Amino acid sequence: MSKLTLGPLFFQWKPEQRRDMYFRIADEAPIDCVYLGEVVCSKREPLYYDYLPEIVERLSAAGKQVVLSTLALITSDRELAAIAERCGEAMIVEANDVASISLLKGRPHITGPFINVFNEATLDFLVRQGAIRVNLPVELSGTAIATLARHNPVETEVLVFGRQPLSVSMRCYHSRAYGVHKESCQFVCETDPDGLAASQLTGAPLLRVNGTQTMSHGYAVLLRELTTLQTAGVTHFRLSPQVADMVQVAEIYRSVLDGDLDAASGEALLHNLTGETPYVNGYVRGREGMAWAET
Amino acid sequence: MRDIAYLELVCPAGTPAALRTAIDAGADTVYCGFRDCTNARNYPGLNFDAKELREGVAYAHARGRWVIVAINTFPRAGDVGPWHRAIDTAAACGADAVILADIGLLDYAMRKHPNLRRHLSVQAAASNPLSIDFYRETFGISRVVLPRVLAVDEVASLISRMKVEAEVFAFGSVGTMVEGRCTLSSYITGRSPSSDGVCAPAEFVHYREDGAFMESCLGDVVMNRYARNENAAYPTPCKCRLVTNDNASYLFEEPVGLNAVSILPQLKAAGVTALKIEGRQRSRAYVGQVVTAFRTVLDGLARGESKPQAVADLHAMAEGGKETLSAYKKGWK
Repeated sequence: MSKLTLGPLFFQWKPEQRRDMYFRIADEAPIDCVYLGEVVCSKREPLYYDYLPEIVERLSAAGKQVVLSTLALITSDRELAAIAERCGEAMIVEANDVASISLLKGRPHITGPFINVFNEATLDFLVRQGAIRVNLPVELSGTAIATLARHNPVETEVLVFGRQPLSVSMRCYHSRAYGVHKESCQFVCETDPDGLAASQLTGAPLLRVNGTQTMSHGYAVLLRELTTLQTAGVTHFRLSPQVADMVQVAEIYRSVLDGDLDAASGEALLHNLTGETPYVNGYVRGREGMAWAET
Repeated sequence: MRDIAYLELVCPAGTPAALRTAIDAGADTVYCGFRDCTNARNYPGLNFDAKELREGVAYAHARGRWVIVAINTFPRAGDVGPWHRAIDTAAACGADAVILADIGLLDYAMRKHPNLRRHLSVQAAASNPLSIDFYRETFGISRVVLPRVLAVDEVASLISRMKVEAEVFAFGSVGTMVEGRCTLSSYITGRSPSSDGVCAPAEFVHYREDGAFMESCLGDVVMNRYARNENAAYPTPCKCRLVTNDNASYLFEEPVGLNAVSILPQLKAAGVTALKIEGRQRSRAYVGQVVTAFRTVLDGLARGESKPQAVADLHAMAEGGKETLSAYKKGWK
């Protein structure tokens, strides 16, 4: 049966807000697997680290698989040490950088969407290293996803809801936009739990900035593609946490995956939860990522 | 490994003519790519076929220089053939190394052509000693091209703990995102450096007048707005002007070019093996001028002499006349 997952929270939420979201997911959401841990900025995790044990416990008690994700970009010794500690834990880890893959070699692990898996040979290599589930990059077309999912001897995961991560940098654009230094940023990113809107000079929205990460302004919504992806062999469908009510988002996706709700009706329900944020599905249609095609 | 007592100068060649120009101007090594999606500068009118590469290698080898081939995009699912052929052709033509980013391709090159040097492309974004060691142990890479997001002290720290050569960017166009992990171009145009070998492809670029202003656009997206007498920069997504909290700014980076000529002694002290000049898409004349200037500065450096005229020439040639030390500079992040 198709599994629904909740990807790592990319944004900097207040620790209690973060904890409460996960508690609700544990208690109410039809989600099979939850990814925890900081992917974007290593300065953030200490702020909410103390809450992680109780979040893990609550999710596990609810029967959900819990995975710890690693940073998408690792440069400092402090980050390397933290990653080494994470990869040494008994819990299953999602590797988002080659450094993590090298630490997890020979042990079951998951590779995250920041690992460039564009073809079968790379996929095969990762599986030989111990990957039991492979997340595909957001940039792939539906054709490429299908080719890789069919080929993949282990589980395949694809992001089907939420802002798409488009790039990562050492430079913190949140700090830059707020006129502070990265080293003394005072966590200005917490001002924008939904990311900082970055618009064109015309005023038309384009991107969202989240610290060192740049994301799509629109939510990727692949409800219409779910059946095709299921048929191609995608096993895990990732929802990326947004400020929208993720319990209700999960319920809609679960219903469409189960065939209890058609995709168009699901989309109509989803619009009630997501306000004015536009939807995108260009990448999966083999087009520019920001496009939205209904047919 | 060659014995290089000084910083190796690695120069771009978009065409066979540019290759000869770069060699004549004093390049130690020239890098180029094939005329297809296997390299990250897949622009019309550029790049090499097998015959041209063979001739280029002969020209370079006759003068004791190297030619290395960038095969640094990520092969498409179900269609790895062009990338394998590119590696096979580079080997058959006598190239001195291939520059690779994709794990599957590194694996292929190591098994099929074990004696062909493998350089890890900047597109692989290996930014820490653990990652670099992984590529060395697993795929036998000899050199890594370091990501363009590290400060000089970070470069030095990294080099002190790795067992392969380090190549760093010294001049030319640079983005602010980690290479190989940026899809802003494909988000807007459908075509990206990772898959198609192009960023902000020219066929998507257009300019339009809006009253007293001119707008530069990439696809349907307005990237910048200029007064009529202002020079318009190329609309690269990471150098566009965006509005955040009602404030228009170059949120990611100003439209400036990298020029590291002022910190060459520091880069050498950091243990850098090779300096890379970006710009396979640039003209033969530009390549000739930049390489000549760098050769002059580097030879001066080896003899303890300063070369102010060559340094001034490089300042004048920076992108849009504006230059930066980019991430090398303290506080850039």
